[in-house]
Amino acid sequence: MGIQAWTWIIVGVTFAAYIYIGYISRVSSTKGFYVAGQGVPAIANGAATAADWMSAASFISMAGLISFMGYDGVVYLMGWTGGYVLLALLLAPFLRKFGQYTVPDFVGARYYSKTARVVAAVAAIFVSFTYVAGQMAGVGVAFGRFLEIPFEMGVGIGMVIVAFFAVLGGMKGITYTQVAQYCVLIFAYTVPAIAIALVLTGNPVPQIAIEEILPKLDAIQRDLGLTAYSSPFSNLSMLNVFCITLCLMAGTAGLPHVIVRFYTVKSVKAARWSAFWALLFIGILYTTAPAVAMFAKYYMLNQFAELGPDIVNQSWVQNWAATGLIQIPEGGIQTADQFLAAVNRDIIVLATPEIANLPNVVVALVAAGGLAAALSTASGLLLVISSSLAHDIYGSVINPEATEKRRLFVGRMMIFLAVVLAGFLGIYPLGFVAEVVAFAFGLAAASFFPIIVLGIFWKRANKEGAIAGMSIGLAFTFIMIALMRAQNVIPGMDEPVIDSFMGINAQGIGVIGMLLNFAITVGVSMATSAPPASVQDLVEEVRYPQASSDEDV
Amino acid sequence: MQIDRVTYWRRQLRRTTLLLVVWAVVGLGLSILFVEQLNRIHLGDMPLGFWMGQQGSIFVFIVLVLIYAVLSGRADRQAGLEERREGRVDMSLPPEPKEG
Repeated sequence: MGIQAWTWIIVGVTFAAYIYIGYISRVSSTKGFYVAGQGVPAIANGAATAADWMSAASFISMAGLISFMGYDGVVYLMGWTGGYVLLALLLAPFLRKFGQYTVPDFVGARYYSKTARVVAAVAAIFVSFTYVAGQMAGVGVAFGRFLEIPFEMGVGIGMVIVAFFAVLGGMKGITYTQVAQYCVLIFAYTVPAIAIALVLTGNPVPQIAIEEILPKLDAIQRDLGLTAYSSPFSNLSMLNVFCITLCLMAGTAGLPHVIVRFYTVKSVKAARWSAFWALLFIGILYTTAPAVAMFAKYYMLNQFAELGPDIVNQSWVQNWAATGLIQIPEGGIQTADQFLAAVNRDIIVLATPEIANLPNVVVALVAAGGLAAALSTASGLLLVISSSLAHDIYGSVINPEATEKRRLFVGRMMIFLAVVLAGFLGIYPLGFVAEVVAFAFGLAAASFFPIIVLGIFWKRANKEGAIAGMSIGLAFTFIMIALMRAQNVIPGMDEPVIDSFMGINAQGIGVIGMLLNFAITVGVSMATSAPPASVQDLVEEVRYPQASSDEDV
Repeated sequence: MQIDRVTYWRRQLRRTTLLLVVWAVVGLGLSILFVEQLNRIHLGDMPLGFWMGQQGSIFVFIVLVLIYAVLSGRADRQAGLEERREGRVDMSLPPEPKEG
């Protein structure tokens, strides 16, 4: 059977499974809708968090990026895993103890301010929307490449599927569907990697096989006149690698759709354990990705070393050239540099099984995995958007008297509207949206992360400090990114206003925003009066898994 | 051994700080700032600094979170702070007798 037939079968079966799971876990209460009734077991929540976390970008683009960055790819590998250490140690158990529905809930209560809550809700909506548009576009691309249906129709199918289980099942439906999606995506990612590792080295574990491949890859790169794959700082300076890694870590811990997962578990203990399971499940993909990156680079450069300019006649090169994702320059490909410049980074994961001559069914599996990754992330983000609108803005500010039934109805309406809007953003992307997605981490690191950490660990942090810190951190980061990317963000500009801020580029600038936020929150809090006693008691309370009582020693 | 709430929190803070120091030394120190020095050492055929950045640090992160979950759970038991029933913690629930 051909790739397309296999893709239809595998995608059909997995989608039927998602819809079935969404249907059996439908809910009828707001608690079920927003936090799955706080009854999700730690390991299931870990798998759901992992699926939520690993987007189309992690699945499809990351290995390709690393493949071309060599060592410098550590910014993504460590940035997107190390953040879970911060999350597990500094945020998850305490937010679970606090036990409301959303991140703005915590901000509002801890900083005793409706303004802070609305600001947090708006920031959550902004970050999530920019992120979700990219997922919907990813769904369209995956459908378009493998099923050869129009891009718009691909996005449409994705919208219908997500709307079905998200509107019906809320967080509960989303969580259990994500567990299934995690299984699909991790299977689809590791099977080709194991097959290639076995073919190349005889060892099925990709993480071990790289020990044999890396020296060979370094040697080929040197022979072809490139810098060795493993040599550090060939694309980014040490300062930038440092800042981008730290920015992605803190941003991960500050993203609302990740934090909210820890509200859905049964207990504080379960929150700690589900952070562990999540990082373990994510780690499986993130330690395999660098292996995939090396295998792909090794195959491509090996073929180039053998064939030279004739590589353009290879069938995989021809197939991808037809889609425009390999662009052969006029005069053909003469040098390794030209060859690498011709290949779009996004095709690495999708093309490697083809380059390695794996069976068609494996190639189809990768397509289903990419769709699972995109859909699971999109659904988690849509729930954050819906809860921010329906719970934090409608339920607490516009109509606090609303009944349970009414709130649930508004929640469902909002998620439906968010799906439709996200779909349109996927089909008709706004230039600045695409640009901001890449920087959602910087914005999250500069806004949420510092005030939540200080809110938990420092009783003295007050309303004035948090509002000042959050707004200045966010504004600084946003303005810096806009200036450094002026050609894409500000109309009428065709080059950046500034290249970098003291050597730090746009991806890492969130670190400075975060430090500013910390400093200003502390400074302003010290200069103004302490928060009320009730708030200090709340902070005291979230530190202990079990409620206090006067009998305690 | 029974510990009180103040001791519990002080120990939690100390534990968190220690684990974060390891996180920073491994993730930011060994894998980025000292990668070139570490690359002179080889693990099998791999330069150690490169391996730390792309593999080792992720394993260390997973282990750190595991240690935190295990030790915090033990501390909860010692301080009698284990949640007594599942679901949202009910503030009005009377405390049960603690075991030493």
